[in-house]
Amino acid sequence: MNDNNQSDVLLAVRNVEMRFDEKRVLTGVDLNIVRGEILAIVGGSGSGKSTLLRLMSMLTQPSAGSIRMFGTDVTRIDDAAVLPLRKRIGVMFQNGGLFGDMNVLENVSVPLREHTRLSAATIEEMAEIRIALVGLEPDAAMKYPNQLSGGMRKRASLARAMALDPEILFLDEPTSGLDPISSDAIDELVLDLKNSLGLTIVSVTHDMDSLWRIADRVALLANGRVVVEGTMAELSASTNDVARQFFGGRRGRASTRAAGQS
Amino acid sequence: MVDTADIALSGSTARCTGRWTAQMLDSVDRRLDAIAWPAGAIRFDLTGLTEFDTVGAWPVHRAARDLRAAGREVTLDGVDPAKARLLELVEANSGACDQEVNVHVPGLFEQIGHETVDQVRNYSNFFAFIGEIASTAISSLLNPRRIRWPQIAHELQNAGVNALPIVGLLAFLLGVVIAYQGGTVLKSYGANIFIVDIVALSMVRELAPLITAIIVAGRTGSAYTAQIGTMMVTEEIDALRSIGIAPQELLVLPKMVALVVALPLLTVYADVMGLIGGIAMSHSLLGLSAHSFVDRLAEAVSVKSFLSGIGKAPVFAVLIALVGCFQGFQVSGAAEGVGRHTTISVVQSIFLVIVIDAAFSIAFNHLHI
Repeated sequence: MNDNNQSDVLLAVRNVEMRFDEKRVLTGVDLNIVRGEILAIVGGSGSGKSTLLRLMSMLTQPSAGSIRMFGTDVTRIDDAAVLPLRKRIGVMFQNGGLFGDMNVLENVSVPLREHTRLSAATIEEMAEIRIALVGLEPDAAMKYPNQLSGGMRKRASLARAMALDPEILFLDEPTSGLDPISSDAIDELVLDLKNSLGLTIVSVTHDMDSLWRIADRVALLANGRVVVEGTMAELSASTNDVARQFFGGRRGRASTRAAGQS
Repeated sequence: MVDTADIALSGSTARCTGRWTAQMLDSVDRRLDAIAWPAGAIRFDLTGLTEFDTVGAWPVHRAARDLRAAGREVTLDGVDPAKARLLELVEANSGACDQEVNVHVPGLFEQIGHETVDQVRNYSNFFAFIGEIASTAISSLLNPRRIRWPQIAHELQNAGVNALPIVGLLAFLLGVVIAYQGGTVLKSYGANIFIVDIVALSMVRELAPLITAIIVAGRTGSAYTAQIGTMMVTEEIDALRSIGIAPQELLVLPKMVALVVALPLLTVYADVMGLIGGIAMSHSLLGLSAHSFVDRLAEAVSVKSFLSGIGKAPVFAVLIALVGCFQGFQVSGAAEGVGRHTTISVVQSIFLVIVIDAAFSIAFNHLHI
């Protein structure tokens, strides 16, 4: 990976800390996200993965440290300046975060309607393309979130996250709560999007199989910091205690074997 | 770098330049539609594009497709592999939703029918719920060890003690208002002392039970619905059932018992506060001393009147607890159901309280109470 090439670092997290009252969730995270890669953030429950994702997608501000997105420090900028940056990222939420009073088509159209001056017909067509792209059936477009299964809701959320053709996609647990077939399908979809659209993707996940399948690089979070980062092969061979616990557990070993065979 | 998207037609060549992205492509989309194409083959020149995404690829694809459909020859120049991929992607995924999905719009009679069936089902569910609660109550009474005293105490605290400030304040103000309205009329007749009859009778018989029930419906009934509804959404109710605890026994009965105890007590408290409000207003408006007000009270309000006011409170309490809990159990699906059913619960219980109060008035009138 060309970590040192400054122009290709889309997102640079430097020494970021996060405190909730007296509890320190993140104690100094350093992380680079490079154009065109899929970076997976892993860690045990409560290790601060989701907090880090919220910080990077500008939903919360860190207690200390800096986050540079597309070269702009987003920790020291006002709302007006944040907006253009927000349009260049997309977030897929764990439970979809779909608006309950709108159907899927309307949900996907919201960013286009809000932030572009395209005609209504074009917006609808673009939304339909997004819906087809994430592999939802055409009749799903007219359904409301409460009529969708978990997997469909994640796909619809992904379609909305991609509405404005963002440069960075943030995925919060894209395969959690899905059956293996749907999980595989989501993994394939993410790979496909990266390859065809050249997207940069940051994914927070627990899913070992998914890590082997999609991640170019993995950052392991423990005790509020990144303890190791590298490819899955590097991490599973790492001598770091936390990494050995995480990837050397029964599930980790099984997925390593499976990855070796395929 | 050019900061906008542009299209220019020269001869039979459409030159696309600038940033054809979701952000930049506003009017180009419409201008492209409005272009009067010359006869013959058309060439799209994409070499001048500095940025291109799927939103930009779509109008190009659409224009080319429409021209080809009209029998023209269309060539795309300056398509590098990245642009080709985007155009392919747009082509492969467009049109999937084109076949119209038949959305069934129900007619008037169908709507009436649906609504009727829904209402009937709703009421039969409600009566089934009352039956369930009654049978749970009876089995609890037969086996008193199953009565959940700690829950009852907790609910008493919430529904009763914690409601004292708001009930007291509103009842006091109501007393002030009635004394003021009645007082101005009575003053002109010199019948000042009858202010006691007006304030005391209207407060004790009607207004204190009613205002207390309405406050409790809004405060406690809604809380019941929200609590049980949330537990439905988070599968806590299912968890209780699977452990072998009847939710009615743990959640509904203690609430109902607590409310049946708390509401009459709150009503007495509201009576007292309303009278204090009346005394305060009579004193300042009519110069009637508190002493003469209380003196007259015993004549103005009979025990019968007092009891007919208090007697309504337990009925209201059962009603509010039933509606609140029932609506909670009706919540299904996601969190938005909790909000909807909480609203329904408050509206229904206030509606029923007033209807039942009217029924009481008619009944008391016939029975000469």
